Amino acid sequence: MSGESYAVILVYSTSHAMRIEKLLADRGIGCKMIPVPRQISSDCGVCVRIGRDQQETAAEVAAAARIEIQGIVEI
Amino acid sequence: MIYFDNAATSWPKPPCVLEAMAHYLNDVGASPGRSGHRLAVKAARIVYGAREAVAELFHAPDPLRVVFGANVTEALNLALNGLLRPGDHVVTGSLEHNSVMRPLRALERSGVRVTTVRCARSGELDPEDLEAALGPDTRLIVLNHASNVVGTLLPVAEAGAIARRHGVLLLVDAAQTAGAYPIDMQAEAIDLLAFTGHKSLYGPMGTGGLVVGEHVDAARLAPLKRGGTGSRSEREDQPSFLPDLCESGTLNAVGLAGLGASIRWVLAQGVAQIRSHEMALTRQLLAGLAAIPRVTVYGTQDAARQTATVSFTIDGLPPSEIGLRLDDEYGIMCRVGLHCSPAAHRTLGTFPGGTVRFGLGAFNTAQEVVQAIAAVAEMAAGAREGR
Repeated sequence: MSGESYAVILVYSTSHAMRIEKLLADRGIGCKMIPVPRQISSDCGVCVRIGRDQQETAAEVAAAARIEIQGIVEI
Repeated sequence: MIYFDNAATSWPKPPCVLEAMAHYLNDVGASPGRSGHRLAVKAARIVYGAREAVAELFHAPDPLRVVFGANVTEALNLALNGLLRPGDHVVTGSLEHNSVMRPLRALERSGVRVTTVRCARSGELDPEDLEAALGPDTRLIVLNHASNVVGTLLPVAEAGAIARRHGVLLLVDAAQTAGAYPIDMQAEAIDLLAFTGHKSLYGPMGTGGLVVGEHVDAARLAPLKRGGTGSRSEREDQPSFLPDLCESGTLNAVGLAGLGASIRWVLAQGVAQIRSHEMALTRQLLAGLAAIPRVTVYGTQDAARQTATVSFTIDGLPPSEIGLRLDDEYGIMCRVGLHCSPAAHRTLGTFPGGTVRFGLGAFNTAQEVVQAIAAVAEMAAGAREGR
């Protein structure tokens, strides 16, 4: 992961967070399911933290798994 | 005490199931998928782990298309009521449980057309008869994977191939086979698989679900209930994605903790090993019962063509009395009567009297089968002497 520069994938459901986490881990991409940072609003309460440099890949992985995401936000 | 009622519910359960449930209640407790705090995340991971276990066992590619519910009946109701619309035609066999027949009869009253393909007296279904029943409006084939009365296996892979060829969906009721017989949703072209957790998956009651294959358009699946899902709470309409579309209300997470553990146990034993153990017991039981005068055994009478569920009658003794005496005098627990499957008993020629059903499981032994055969032989001899 790229130092302290993170982004979070915001999802609509905890199941989606765990599926994305698994798919990223399968590709060797470092990620972690974390509570949604307080400055961001999301309903299910969790998101997936990734390195900022992985945003594009993460979006591709979610799309390939047909998971609609709320967005990817840099934190 | 000999427990031969595994076709109703399996018992005992592997110790890991109890441990997983105790762990959930003692150490986790929170509501899965509803918050981001550590216990809620732990809970969500346990439930998601159960989804992955289900997907792995049935060779389903996407764990998000595993919809959990209370049991196989709920899953079948979801699939049938959720997919069929007035004017649709559905094809089924004559070996079905009432968990399929009752929803179908109710749908018939709302304009769904139902064709029941006749199975042979052994319960077996000829795939050609199934294919011949399909028409231009056929939307779904629904089949019992194995009879809950006589264990007869139905040709689901052939049905899957037929369904694909005709562009219809295949729904399989795996109540009696999930965990006891290999199931590969992709290789067998099963579009929807309804399962229960408490039978041959060795999990707790109150768990089960519907695995929705890739060929099913979730947008066409109407949920049985709508409500809170922990997702998209800003909206008052139901989320359109699986599993949330069909999972409103707090899940039975403690049960699913047990189910996840029980499926991991089944995977560790190996479905093929469980099947081979049960097939050996079934072969032994079928041979033993067939050799007893005045005993009639139903179904295929071939362990390779059925599950470890065996139905029989004794001339001159009603099934209810046999069941009572097996329990009272021999400590053998089984189920007698019609087994919620009047269609199957009509097919077998055992309606309305019913049969005595021995449902064997992974924990039964050859010694128990020997004892049960001796008990039936003694009762049959007594019946001849008018006792």
